[in-house]
Amino acid sequence: MSRKKLGSSLSTRIIISVVLIVIVVLWTIPTFGVFITSFRDSKDIYSSGWWSVLPHRDWIKTDEFQLPETLDPNEPITIEGNTYSFEEWREGIVVDDERKIQWYGNKRSRKIEVFEEKWIGFGANLTLTNYRDVLSAGSIEFQDGQGNTITRQGNNFADAVLNSLAVAIPATVIPILIAAFAAYAFAWMEFPGRRPLFVMVVALLVVPLQTALIPILRDFTRWGLNGTFVSMWLAHTGFGLPLAIYLLYNYISTLPRDIFESAYLDGATPFVCFIRLVLPLSIPALASFAIFQFLWVWNDYLVALIFLGDKNRVVTSALAAMVGEKGQDWHLLTSGAFLSMIVPLIVFFGLQRFFVRGLMAGSVKG
Amino acid sequence: MNQSKSLINYLKLFALVIIALVILVAGFFLLQRFQETKLLMTLFAVIWGVGSVALLYFVLNTVAQSMPKKIRSVSVAIVFAGPALALLFWALVLPTLRSFWLSFFGAAGKHFVGLANYRFAFSDPIMLESFRNNLLWMVFGTSFCVILGILIAVLSDKSKKEKLFKSLIFMPMAISFVGAGVIWKFIYAYKGEGINIVEIGLLNAIMVALGKEAQAWLLVSFWNNFFLIIIMVWLQTGYAMVIISSAIKGIPNDINEAAQVDGANGISIFFRITLPYIMPTIVTVSTTILIFSLKLFDIVRVMTGGNYGTNVIANEFYQRQFTYGNTGQASAIAIVLLVVIIPVLIYNLKEFKNRRILK
Repeated sequence: MSRKKLGSSLSTRIIISVVLIVIVVLWTIPTFGVFITSFRDSKDIYSSGWWSVLPHRDWIKTDEFQLPETLDPNEPITIEGNTYSFEEWREGIVVDDERKIQWYGNKRSRKIEVFEEKWIGFGANLTLTNYRDVLSAGSIEFQDGQGNTITRQGNNFADAVLNSLAVAIPATVIPILIAAFAAYAFAWMEFPGRRPLFVMVVALLVVPLQTALIPILRDFTRWGLNGTFVSMWLAHTGFGLPLAIYLLYNYISTLPRDIFESAYLDGATPFVCFIRLVLPLSIPALASFAIFQFLWVWNDYLVALIFLGDKNRVVTSALAAMVGEKGQDWHLLTSGAFLSMIVPLIVFFGLQRFFVRGLMAGSVKG
Repeated sequence: MNQSKSLINYLKLFALVIIALVILVAGFFLLQRFQETKLLMTLFAVIWGVGSVALLYFVLNTVAQSMPKKIRSVSVAIVFAGPALALLFWALVLPTLRSFWLSFFGAAGKHFVGLANYRFAFSDPIMLESFRNNLLWMVFGTSFCVILGILIAVLSDKSKKEKLFKSLIFMPMAISFVGAGVIWKFIYAYKGEGINIVEIGLLNAIMVALGKEAQAWLLVSFWNNFFLIIIMVWLQTGYAMVIISSAIKGIPNDINEAAQVDGANGISIFFRITLPYIMPTIVTVSTTILIFSLKLFDIVRVMTGGNYGTNVIANEFYQRQFTYGNTGQASAIAIVLLVVIIPVLIYNLKEFKNRRILK
């Protein structure tokens, strides 16, 4: 769509650009920070912020030396002609406006480090270890800020990603298929109760999930389906159907009547007509809903938490569990978060146009 | 001769139904055995799950086509619409009624307790706190999203890099609430006090750089609600922006040009023309985000678990059912959620009637 941008003065345009750039930067920084952190060495993550990988001025260690054993740390200490207490030395003292002298460790270490302020470029230790660790199911080792080695059980994100695929792909395709059949019936077939049933579909658009969860859970428990993929497909299909039927109906009902009539004249059954004509013609609408539903299912946490529990964990549950167990292990949390985002981001950027169309068509989802 | 032919047809049909049933049942049990090799299991799950649904329709349609001519067209319609309607009935209609029923019963769903669960829902301190917080989410979350969405949509409409700006703002829509929770937990990270501690959370690093004290943001009572609301604003502003932006594009160009010829400036064009024109869209977007913030669960669950004064209704629903095992109270909370949404439901139905779909 080429639409003429309203002519406005240069200063207005500059203000607009500045405001937009500020907003966009604010919006992007959170994701960017997580992205950078997920590639940093675990030891670095504990001891400095992710922004330290950007060029900046920092204190760089240039020298270190040992104070004599005879020195009493409880008395004021004189180094290079400056006298301060142990606590002050430990905080670091800037001398000659350019060098920082700092006591390293406890009183017994008697080790002094000298720092100078210098420019650092993109000097980060980037690594893929975090990703390897978060994908692994076995035990993993990493170093904390003090250089201690810590051993943890991996969160097995590799399985979680596969589980997510096994849940999300059928839970996207099945409702589309079922809804397309129903939408075609509502649009082009006569059957008793057609209108009141469609009104019911519209009413169900906004019914909150929470109203349905407990009774469905009771059914699944009775049928022994808890923790299976089938339970997730059934639940997501049920919850996604109102919007799917509504969207696809809006599209399929606008297809020209002639094409069906000529197909029927050629002796095609409604089934053949549906497979050969309706499905191919409705691809834009099918794609819009597919992206919508796929992102919804992939990113869903509540339904997975309730029906899958700890069995067959999907990425969202695995990530949430990791937040609970390893709240401070940022190298694992950030790489896990990024792994959970890769698939939806690809789908999103690849098919953004269809996604937007789907959003517009379905105003309110329950 | 004719009779034997139709008999053979029925036998064929019968065999088809049996084969389909075997595939459905055997697939289910096979799937349970594949736990060892995950990749194979995923492939099998996808193919079997999708394939058996397609097979089901094929078989049902073959059965319907073999019906006598008189009832054939109705049976085909039932095959087409039936599965969807049956699923809707089982997954949404029936559960709503069952939840309503359960809400009058005790913890295990066996003893009738009258309105006790509703009394709990409207008087328990934790519920009152949740109601207050949900109100904060609905009022502030929705208005921030919509106002920012309008601002960005209007400004980017005048910018040359519109597409780039808009897709960057829209991007969080692809991220799960749990993922967003991790992203923002990292922003709010707090390391505590001590010598030579370096704050690795962005917000606290900024505070320290400004010479202020670092804080455990998620523990600051009352205000922590707003730190959580910011996350939803970050996620949902893109949605508001995209919908509003397309409404703005729908304003006929000559109206704007006429106003410009009359000497109206940008701001008065916005308030006199743009805003009234996109008002219906703003109402729709606001309603969607309102409902959304009413049912909000994931962010609170992941960030604070509902502690430190940040509980919300949907989280309390989860707690009642799965932490306290009280089905009655959880069901009452679910019904309260439904009742709050009913005005929107009625509005939708009215709109539907006005559009005269399904003559």
